[in-house]
Amino acid sequence: MFRNNYDNDSVTFSPQGRIFQVEYAQEAVKQGSVVVGIVSKTHAVLAAIKRNAEELSSYQKKIIPIDSHYGVALAGLASDARVLSNFMKQQSLASRLTYDRPIHLAEITARIADRAQTNTQHYGKRPYGVGLLIAGVDSKGPHLFEFQPSGVTQEMLACGIGARSQMARTYLERHLEEFDGSSREELIKHALRALKESLSQDKELTVDNSCVSIAGIDEDFKLFDGQDMAEWLDATFDNKDGGNEGGQEGEAMETDEL
Amino acid sequence: MNHLPQAWGRPRDDVYGAYDQSHFQMGGPNQHTQSPIVTGTSVVAAKFKDGIVIAADNLASYGSLARFTDVKRLRKFNDQVVVGFGGDVSDMQYLDRLLNSLDIRENYGSDGTPLNAKNLHTYLSKVMYKRRSDFNPLWNHLLIAGLDGEDKPFLASADLLGTTFSAPTLATGFGAHLAQPILRRSIPDEAAVPNVSREEAVLLVKEAMKVLFYRDARSMDKYSIAVVTKDGVELKQDEKLESQSWAFAEGIRGYGTQVN
Repeated sequence: MFRNNYDNDSVTFSPQGRIFQVEYAQEAVKQGSVVVGIVSKTHAVLAAIKRNAEELSSYQKKIIPIDSHYGVALAGLASDARVLSNFMKQQSLASRLTYDRPIHLAEITARIADRAQTNTQHYGKRPYGVGLLIAGVDSKGPHLFEFQPSGVTQEMLACGIGARSQMARTYLERHLEEFDGSSREELIKHALRALKESLSQDKELTVDNSCVSIAGIDEDFKLFDGQDMAEWLDATFDNKDGGNEGGQEGEAMETDEL
Repeated sequence: MNHLPQAWGRPRDDVYGAYDQSHFQMGGPNQHTQSPIVTGTSVVAAKFKDGIVIAADNLASYGSLARFTDVKRLRKFNDQVVVGFGGDVSDMQYLDRLLNSLDIRENYGSDGTPLNAKNLHTYLSKVMYKRRSDFNPLWNHLLIAGLDGEDKPFLASADLLGTTFSAPTLATGFGAHLAQPILRRSIPDEAAVPNVSREEAVLLVKEAMKVLFYRDARSMDKYSIAVVTKDGVELKQDEKLESQSWAFAEGIRGYGTQVN
């Protein structure tokens, strides 16, 4: 029987030059519910679908505020995200304490990337099973970074990760030109519409299963959750049935075939 | 021959006689700095409309001996910050190396904005406070002059205890007693700063340096002066006090050569 001999640890290459443990970790990101991030000239927004383990349980936390100027959205193992976000909180606080300076997003992203990368090069360690979108504003303006378990990070204009995120990314690619000049409100609407794309046909965005966050120039990172979501959902989708969204879903189907 | 590890690298007993072990152990507990050795005197600085002037003389004293006459006590950190050092010169040199490594670390990735005066003052005050908490203080009084995050003039001090203070005019050491009142006469508060021109501020600081040279026995007439504005740092390190007049010295009574 076939057995993969090259996936026991994250230090062994396969003969094809792959590191299976890292690839498996990236599968964990694809299991997580979808999160979306977009930046404009003035704002950075995150939006996420929240899942509940069972009817009686609460919904998972998908967006974690880190410092007053930025936060992260996660897809994958929530407990690994907790480790990373605690580290980010410590580093951000240290920057404010020792330099009286909010940490740069590129800097904090590089620091978690370094941590994640060492996990892929040491025997007995495992990669983080979580992907992050890091969004906020620093002295260089609004930023969005994508973080992967392999330690790869990229600055993005818009990004979606998690289960069925391809549909959301297709929406983002189609509207890419509009984001840069978008207002705060328009940006949130785009993010929610992108989320909605990757939702299965019979599901709806509700105040319980979705959340958004926004940070802007001279505007602190703010998370909208629970009832605070109502105004954004009402503003984005005219009727709760989502009937008028049919056209857009049709377009998304088209691109799926490409 | 002695093969025991304790004897490795030591002179052989059979050739040189028994080693005097007393050289090896320190007598008594560790001691930290109890007082500065080679010292620099006052640093003076004043804010003006769109920047900062800061000055310090080029003397390093060994007690009352004027030991080194070419010690530069103003350090440019980058295009928007200058640090002035009063107090122990070897601790100043340590801080200089510390700031060098900080600068290299900050510029390594080349992205990110440079540290401004406010950032550097926060950092240095933490360094000073950390060392005093170890009961091993850096025996300095620092003035950090430059621009803050909004490109506005910034002036603050940090001393060997980690105490911080900020004012439109500042002076350390002897200058805190002698120069500060003179500086305050022209720039009494923050509201006065927008009415002070660069030329006025430079003149004021030079005047303060002159008074300090007249009355501070640990000072000299060669000094460094720096002006920090949005256009960068203008640092001159070989200035000489001009138009000195010692006429006032004749009238001094009560100490020195004329006792009454």
